[in-house]
Amino acid sequence: MFERLSEGFGKVFRRLSGQGTITEANVREAMDEVRTALLDADANYDVVNEFCETVVADAVGREVTKSLRPGQEMVGIVHARLVELLGGEEALEAAADPERARAAAGPAIMRVSPGPTVVMMCGLQGSGKTTTCGKLAAYLSKRGRSVMLCAADLQRPAAVEQLEIVAAQARQAAPGGAPVHFHGEPDKCAEYGKAVGVAVQVCRRALDAARKAGADVLILDTAGRLHVNDELMGELQQVRRALTPHHVFLVVDAMTGQDAVNSAKAFHERLEVDGVILTKFDSDTRGGAAISIRKVTGAPIRFVGVGEKADALEEFHAERMAGRILGMGDVVSLVEKAQEQVSAEDAERLAEKMARGEMTMDDFLAQLRMLRRLGPMRQILGMLPGVGAALKDAHIDEGQLDRVEAIINSMTKQERRDPKIINTSRRRRIASGSGTDQNAVGQLVKQHEAISRMTKQMAGMSARSKVAAVKELGSAGMGGMVPGLTGMPGFGTKGSTRASAPGKFKQRKKRR
Amino acid sequence: MGVFRSAISKLRKGLERTRESFVSGLRSVLLGKRLDEDLIREIEARLIRGDVGVRTTRRLIDGIRADFKRGKMSRGEDALDYLKREIASMWTEEDRRLRLAPEGQGPTVVLVTGVNGVGKTTSIAKLCALLRGEGKRVLLGACDTFRAGATRQLEVWAERLGVEVVKGQQGGDPAAVAFDACTAAKARGVDVLILDTAGRLHTQDPLMRQLEKIRKVVEKQIPGGPHETLLVLDATSGQNALRQAEEFTRAVGVTGIFLAKLDGTAKGGVVVAIREATDVPVKFVGVGETPDDVEPFDPNAFVEALFAE
Ligand SMILES: Nc1nc2c(ncn2[C@@H]2O[C@H](COP(=O)(O)OP(=O)(O)OP(=O)(O)O)[C@@H](O)[C@H]2O)c(=O)[nH]1
Ligand SMILES: Nc1nc2c(ncn2[C@@H]2O[C@H](COP(=O)(O)OP(=O)(O)OP(=O)(O)O)[C@@H](O)[C@H]2O)c(=O)[nH]1
Ligand SMILES: [Mg+2]
Ligand SMILES: [Mg+2]
Repeated sequence: MFERLSEGFGKVFRRLSGQGTITEANVREAMDEVRTALLDADANYDVVNEFCETVVADAVGREVTKSLRPGQEMVGIVHARLVELLGGEEALEAAADPERARAAAGPAIMRVSPGPTVVMMCGLQGSGKTTTCGKLAAYLSKRGRSVMLCAADLQRPAAVEQLEIVAAQARQAAPGGAPVHFHGEPDKCAEYGKAVGVAVQVCRRALDAARKAGADVLILDTAGRLHVNDELMGELQQVRRALTPHHVFLVVDAMTGQDAVNSAKAFHERLEVDGVILTKFDSDTRGGAAISIRKVTGAPIRFVGVGEKADALEEFHAERMAGRILGMGDVVSLVEKAQEQVSAEDAERLAEKMARGEMTMDDFLAQLRMLRRLGPMRQILGMLPGVGAALKDAHIDEGQLDRVEAIINSMTKQERRDPKIINTSRRRRIASGSGTDQNAVGQLVKQHEAISRMTKQMAGMSARSKVAAVKELGSAGMGGMVPGLTGMPGFGTKGSTRASAPGKFKQRKKRR
Repeated sequence: MGVFRSAISKLRKGLERTRESFVSGLRSVLLGKRLDEDLIREIEARLIRGDVGVRTTRRLIDGIRADFKRGKMSRGEDALDYLKREIASMWTEEDRRLRLAPEGQGPTVVLVTGVNGVGKTTSIAKLCALLRGEGKRVLLGACDTFRAGATRQLEVWAERLGVEVVKGQQGGDPAAVAFDACTAAKARGVDVLILDTAGRLHTQDPLMRQLEKIRKVVEKQIPGGPHETLLVLDATSGQNALRQAEEFTRAVGVTGIFLAKLDGTAKGGVVVAIREATDVPVKFVGVGETPDDVEPFDPNAFVEALFAE
């Protein structure tokens, strides 16, 4: 998509070159691609139109039309404006200096004295409120802040039980963390529409209980409701008035479409939402709803949910989100994920070996395993620039990776250390041992060779050139595996998604 | 099949009141207007705001524009009729019905799937109420052994609706629950077995494979089953629903869509794009949180709602 955008701009402007100056109308025409991209990503129609106008004005103001590379400059403006829209001006500054921004931002959930800090969750049905309560509890508990979870959903069948289990899961996800308490009154549950208002009483009692327990944070899990249900929206207002929460978080499914503006606006008007949590971002949605919600509420996006388990919560980064919406991939997240999985020493050791061009098949296998531990290949590749869109139609064959493992396992120690010695008869033996064919074995050896060569060259490079080199590796037809990526110390932490222009990854296209 | 049709007609009557406020009460932005370039652009905006998607919208708008230029269309009503024709023709009445096992060859198995939180479990309560109202014996299978409180949620619905549930261990193998449920359905001679499954993203290969396994178990246990594999979609979802439909269809052969949460302000327009891409018809719509809040999908009402004021 991102490539399509740059291409689109390029095409329009190229067509015009030689015909004199580029006009505002031309810029507008080029923006059509952006418009389509954003609409495809589910950003709201009206928000998109307004956004495109801003970009055009900006481009005209900066005299993009006189630029030598107007296409590239336009992409830069689109991205920057999007980052600004998603994260405010702070986000642009943060992109320039992430370290300082992090220090300045303070905790996502404020500390108050006397406690507890009261956090109220709200949102449409099924958006992920209850699950997110557990994630926040684990997040806080890990940081030494005790939590009380209050089951204020008395409508949905088994909602109270659900939260109680979620609380237990949060405790497990934060071993040795601060306590996670639970307050629930299952006897107050009633069928739909018959318990309206009771939730207020339950929340009041939960606050008392939280004070008694000395909990630092009280989180209220409210029932999902439609923004057009006046009675139930009124109930939330009552809770808000009764407990005056310090934070009101709107929980939104990242797969939401155009209607996100309507619901977010209504919740905001009734409850003054001061933070947004986007869930289910582990899906392949481009997440344009983020733009819509940010636009109508003005509230910052605080967290992003990336899975069903209690630890699947990430802090929000406007720049990454902008890249994702434009289809630019998310190299930074990938690197962070990799760093969680790989110990610093392992990485160091491997890097040295690689620098000397001594990467053996065993190292190769270790790398592959590490990479696979990061998650399904498809998800990993989805984070790489340029791959996201291409991946849409590709079927990543995890079985292929199983075969690679099987092949390496069928090699002798000596062969693994020095794959060059693998001749025809050895190849035949390995193939039959691993249940593959000789071609596959030959291919693997060749790939290993290419990667060793590449990594040796990369050893002396800056982070940014490494990114470029890895991309070249991808275009050599090895995008499906890219071992070497996880072991590179310092790789990418400084290189933002923006710094790394999109590469041309081609991953193995498999029949479906 | 005939039995079920009568269920629908009963349902239609029962829901007349809701329908009136939901459909007939709508005033369309198109009525009484002259068609011109501005109005065409407004129609385009409405379709996109209804989540129909850029590509499908363009195709529909091109059709309207062509007719307009040829002088075949001059009023807002004409455009509305055109869209109703175009869109409604995508869903014939025949393939909007729930597929049941032939008489005497039951039980019918309905497998219910979808991504997280779309409304699977609640929709099952609705189908169950519908079938019970028809005098059918229903059994539920709680194949969501993963999510906190999922089995209990289904049990509460079953208690309220007076049906039984076959369940397994929390964290256990959902295919094993499917197996037990099929065995119980045969032994107890129920008419319909409905299987609830855990929400899963279509991008999660292992979980999609687990769903395939559940399907295979059913195929083996009940000849001709699952007779209906429903994909529940959330009407508020955007273009990602298209990916969901494609992937679930590829993995387990979806035969119908249950479009839940259509009682909000979202229009669920992505089902038009889905019909174009996968051929899967919408069968039911969910319009609330209680077991009665279900309606058969009505393409005309659906199109009208896109242009409601
Ligand atoms: N994949 C994924 N699933 C999620 C995420 N967050 C929540 N879910 C799932 O979404 C479904 C709905 O989550 P809940 O927490 O029950 O949603 P809720 O908003 O509390 O629902 P109601 O109380 O009925 O309004 C469950 O299956 C969760 O496991 C996420 O970040 N990723
Ligand atoms: N307004 C409205 N809410 C609905 C509808 N269908 C389901 N819901 C609500 O949506 C939320 C999620 O519904 P569930 O049935 O638990 O969804 P699910 O797909 O089984 O969720 P998981 O099993 O966690 O993936 C609940 O709060 C339901 O009451 C509907 O048609 N309209
Ligand atoms: Mg909940
Ligand atoms: Mg469920």
